[in-house]
Amino acid sequence: MNSQTTSAARSSAAPLQPELTKRKLLVLAWLDRLAPVLAALAVIGVWELICRVFALPNYLLPSPSAIVTSAFALDPGIWLTHTWATLRVSLGGYALAIIIAIPLAVLLANSRLMSRTLYPMLVVIQSTPIVGVAPIIVVLMGAGEMPRIFITFLITFFPIVVSTVTGLMSTPEELKELSRSLGASKAREIRNIQLPFAVPYIFSALRISITLAIIGAVVAEFVAAEKGLGFFIAFSTSFLRIPQAFAALIVLVTLSLLLFQVIALVQRWLFPWSLPKESR
Amino acid sequence: MLTPDATIRFQDVEQVFMSSDGTAVQALANVNFSIARHEFVAVIGPSGCGKSTLLRIIAGLVRPTRGSVQIYGLPVTEPREEIGIVFQRPTLLPWLNILDNVTFPMRHKYGRVTAQETERARELLALTRLEEFAAKRPDELSGGMQQRVGIARALLHDPDILLMDEPFSALDALTRDEMSFELLRIWTEKPKTVLFITHSIPEALLLADRILVMSARPGAVREIIDVGLPRPRTLDTLSEKRFNELANHIRSQVFSRPVAA
Ligand SMILES: Nc1ncnc2c1ncn2[C@@H]1O[C@H](COP(=O)(O)OP(=O)(O)OP(=O)(O)O)[C@@H](O)[C@H]1O
Ligand SMILES: [Mg+2]
Repeated sequence: MNSQTTSAARSSAAPLQPELTKRKLLVLAWLDRLAPVLAALAVIGVWELICRVFALPNYLLPSPSAIVTSAFALDPGIWLTHTWATLRVSLGGYALAIIIAIPLAVLLANSRLMSRTLYPMLVVIQSTPIVGVAPIIVVLMGAGEMPRIFITFLITFFPIVVSTVTGLMSTPEELKELSRSLGASKAREIRNIQLPFAVPYIFSALRISITLAIIGAVVAEFVAAEKGLGFFIAFSTSFLRIPQAFAALIVLVTLSLLLFQVIALVQRWLFPWSLPKESR
Repeated sequence: MLTPDATIRFQDVEQVFMSSDGTAVQALANVNFSIARHEFVAVIGPSGCGKSTLLRIIAGLVRPTRGSVQIYGLPVTEPREEIGIVFQRPTLLPWLNILDNVTFPMRHKYGRVTAQETERARELLALTRLEEFAAKRPDELSGGMQQRVGIARALLHDPDILLMDEPFSALDALTRDEMSFELLRIWTEKPKTVLFITHSIPEALLLADRILVMSARPGAVREIIDVGLPRPRTLDTLSEKRFNELANHIRSQVFSRPVAA
């Protein structure tokens, strides 16, 4: 009897407590989500204020409102054309980098001879400032999209190679021995053991490289292009249309962030096990 | 003990490694022994004396520099079907669940797993008391549980020879004892020839029919000890007089300097 009443009292009190903390947690979670947005809004507000209070001319520092105005003053078709051009070059160079980097990494990780021969060459390529090489590439490859894609490729592929090699090499020796003891082929070992082990490494490189791909495309468009956001920024600044250049910059940043998120999502969809436990 | 019907047989085996700095390291010198069918042999010896090398040679992963190694009377030239290996670290595949980890050798070798093999994997998980974890991922299991998955994986194709390289060394003392008794249970249920490397003298005494005591580099068989403790071995075995005598004897063998010939 006695124990029943206490347990009844407890059970009526028990759900109330978690409910309260749950609500508190929910508020905290929302604050957590909103904090970056609020911070960004604050920065924009201060920026606008400074521009107005000091009456800064638009060619020095355009106010956020001036940037937005200039963005909408332009035909959306123009934005689309330039964004699409940059996206094509970025993704083209990125795809080429993936297609070449991953098999190359497999080769480097599995052959001492190959890694000793090719690695120094790769390091030299990586150490070359691509911005300086870009004009030469354009001269060599002519106008058109190919040199731009190639420049983007050059910027993006090295991190993928290095990271994939590290990942492949992280395969525990025991599993390679298990594979050999089963009499399985090297190709199977690479496909079933080494590559899956490299997946987390590959994806961390893919996330870095997608933002590098945008940089590569813009650099290439600075050098030689008749469309694309990089070209558009160069074009706008040469006519002192600074707010318009800023607007293009914002489109670029947005594009970069979006693609970064897409890669993160792809990893979550296809390889959830490759994410750290707490972020699955 | 060089019986012709031995399962595993080492004759004058010598192993020299070329290390990365160009010097030659002699890992094994003049190793002779043989293991009978369904015998449980423990190998004990100081670190770096070539125990793992011994195991790799039997597994066909390393070719000895000199001498001959035979399994069922045939020289070992490459990895063989009837061998299962349990590694020192529980090296599971993090992207597969426990059941798929146990069947991985079949999927890896043949590209598919039959219903029969899956059934067998479930039996093995029951045997290793892991059946309710079949759908879990390796990182959701404790170290000891992962090691048991490794054992189940090695047993999947019902190998006649089981090679175990310090399989329990990463475990705490309690889990270790529990695992030892489980291994004995499995071995009794499904008799097989076992080579069991360990650093633990009590573990070797509890498990083995015979113990190979190895000397420091270059590794050689210093002594082969017939354990002779009655089976089934239980916790009581640990307090038997012979157990302690043998333990002291092995300890003095492992820690003393190599005897001059
Ligand atoms: N692939 C290799 N290349 C060069 N040297 C090796 C190689 N494998 C083993 N050795 C050397 O051979 C010796 C024996 O190694 P092994 O791994 O067999 O020792 P172990 O008895 O298993 O030691 P532990 O108890 O620490 O595991 C060591 O000196 C080691 O450095
Ligand atoms: Mg070892």
